[in-house]
Amino acid sequence: MTLHVETRHTWPGFNLDVQFTVAAGGVTALFGASGAGKSSILKSISGLLKTDRAEITLNGTTLTSTDQRVMLPAHRRGIGLMFQDSRLFPHMTVRSNLVYGAKRVGNTDANSLTNISGLLGIEGLLDRKPSGLSGGEAQRVALGRTLLTKPQALLLDEPLASLDQARKDEILPYLQRVASEADIPILYVSHSIEEVARLADHMVVLNKGKVAGDGPVTDVLSRLDLFPLTGRFEAGALIQGEIAEHDSAAHLSAVSFPGGRLWVAAIDGPVGSPVRVRVRARDVMLATNLSADQADHLSANSRLDGVVSGLRADHSGPFVEVQVTCSGGSSDGSSGGGDALGSTRVLARITHRSAQRLGIAVGKPVTAILKSATVERRLKGLTPKS
Amino acid sequence: MTEMFSILFSNWPNAAEWEALSLSLRVSAIGVGSALPLAVMTGYGLARWQFPGKALVEALVHLPLILPPVVIGYLLLVIFGAKGVVGAWLLEAFNFRFIFSWTGAALTIAVLSFPFQVRAIRLAVEAIDPKLEEAASLLGAGPVDRFFSLILPLALPGIIAGAVTAFSAGLGEFGAIITFVSNIPGETRTLPLAIYSALQSPGGEIAAARLALLSIGLALAGLIAAEALARRTRTRLGL
Repeated sequence: MTLHVETRHTWPGFNLDVQFTVAAGGVTALFGASGAGKSSILKSISGLLKTDRAEITLNGTTLTSTDQRVMLPAHRRGIGLMFQDSRLFPHMTVRSNLVYGAKRVGNTDANSLTNISGLLGIEGLLDRKPSGLSGGEAQRVALGRTLLTKPQALLLDEPLASLDQARKDEILPYLQRVASEADIPILYVSHSIEEVARLADHMVVLNKGKVAGDGPVTDVLSRLDLFPLTGRFEAGALIQGEIAEHDSAAHLSAVSFPGGRLWVAAIDGPVGSPVRVRVRARDVMLATNLSADQADHLSANSRLDGVVSGLRADHSGPFVEVQVTCSGGSSDGSSGGGDALGSTRVLARITHRSAQRLGIAVGKPVTAILKSATVERRLKGLTPKS
Repeated sequence: MTEMFSILFSNWPNAAEWEALSLSLRVSAIGVGSALPLAVMTGYGLARWQFPGKALVEALVHLPLILPPVVIGYLLLVIFGAKGVVGAWLLEAFNFRFIFSWTGAALTIAVLSFPFQVRAIRLAVEAIDPKLEEAASLLGAGPVDRFFSLILPLALPGIIAGAVTAFSAGLGEFGAIITFVSNIPGETRTLPLAIYSALQSPGGEIAAARLALLSIGLALAGLIAAEALARRTRTRLGL
């Protein structure tokens, strides 16, 4: 089950030329600033926009092919698209909105309405009109309406962009649940790193109509060359690991990953469950020749030993981004340490002055110091990949 | 004066008045009703489609608003009269004629009310967010399906308002009707024609005044009904 996308179009002053594949199982984020071409790509995939050239296939079925002169109309593609604005039909009840698509694709299973309403927590809204719904409720209904068509691929066009933080937090768990239960290609369009970090497994980074980066989220987010695109302030590494231990007295949990482990504020879940934490570059401190004795005088709970594997200097500003590949030898203050093989990359943003003072260069051994308080831990629990 | 009053306000409506009134209502309702489907299609097309010659279609649709009614009546006579292109064929093929018949009056009203209806429907369709149609197509609805499940119900308040306004305007049609189908009592003598006839006959002022009052009442009722209907439909649709 894959969605293969290849689309090209020229507008005055803008060229779109992208090619990528969305695999089933897990979410692929289509990430880019506004104006990067995200919406045009979605329209091209869903058949709402005819581009100059396009080759789009879903599970081997050709949806659009300029070569074969195929342009399947939007209503016959079997693609579900959830919009930024919920686009519920104002003259119908929530129930009629939900079954609108289901009826048209021949999904007559009465249980699916019950199941999906339950999954999305909208059972109590069925007889209401859309005008009486909150933004978050409307988006859940819109998602349910799309899911009830049993789509072969699901496209989500910044479904949280029009909502405030509280509403986003309300919907994200539902999206996570849908993503983990649906075994279809899911393409999630977003310009929010936070949403991507919480939902996505793969990521396609767009820049001015071109694909600038494509790969697992953890890889893409730790790439120095994509820094300006993924957002300087929020940029940082996403670390996939598992819960190593809980220190319930201290309200802390340790997360271990290839190349180290770190302490974060307590996470729910048994030891061994997969988790994802995000370490922002601006929160990471670097040290050289840090002795164990000196380290004991630091308040920070976690230290990762590694080697500088990349530098990105922005000469117009005070900062330099340093990529550190941590491959074991972790010293996290506990007796354990160095408990995993392999390596994990973290990013640190330090000043040019500090970099000079410490003699930071590729190949230099360093210790990354992380404060537990800065680690973003409310991210998705990773489902094991088959 | 009191006598005048009692004449004005008693015995509503008398036989002649009832004849003119019921004919007006029937002719206007049938005229507007038969123009409605074409008006809906035209209004939708003008709102949503871009095609070569769109400006020409728009001009043609609006022509009856601008042309003098007498010219409309004349043109109808030329086309649908006994010797007209279409009229002669209808007479021969179906033994059907519009002239000197209430059906001709209804046809006149259909033509004259067409721009009103198209305009109202077009505005109503334009007010519907095209994004809803995109959403519907992604939910598996084809073009015809979307028209009936989405456009028609959402445009309904506008369609109703347009139809009722056109109906009210149709009740007042004079010049085109009298030119096309003449002024035959019980057949083509609608309210305005009856007023005209009353004024032409000596001592017909009271009769004319009564008919005029009837017209005014009817027009007001029509406008109020249009507003109430449109509001009710909007509420029912949850708009």
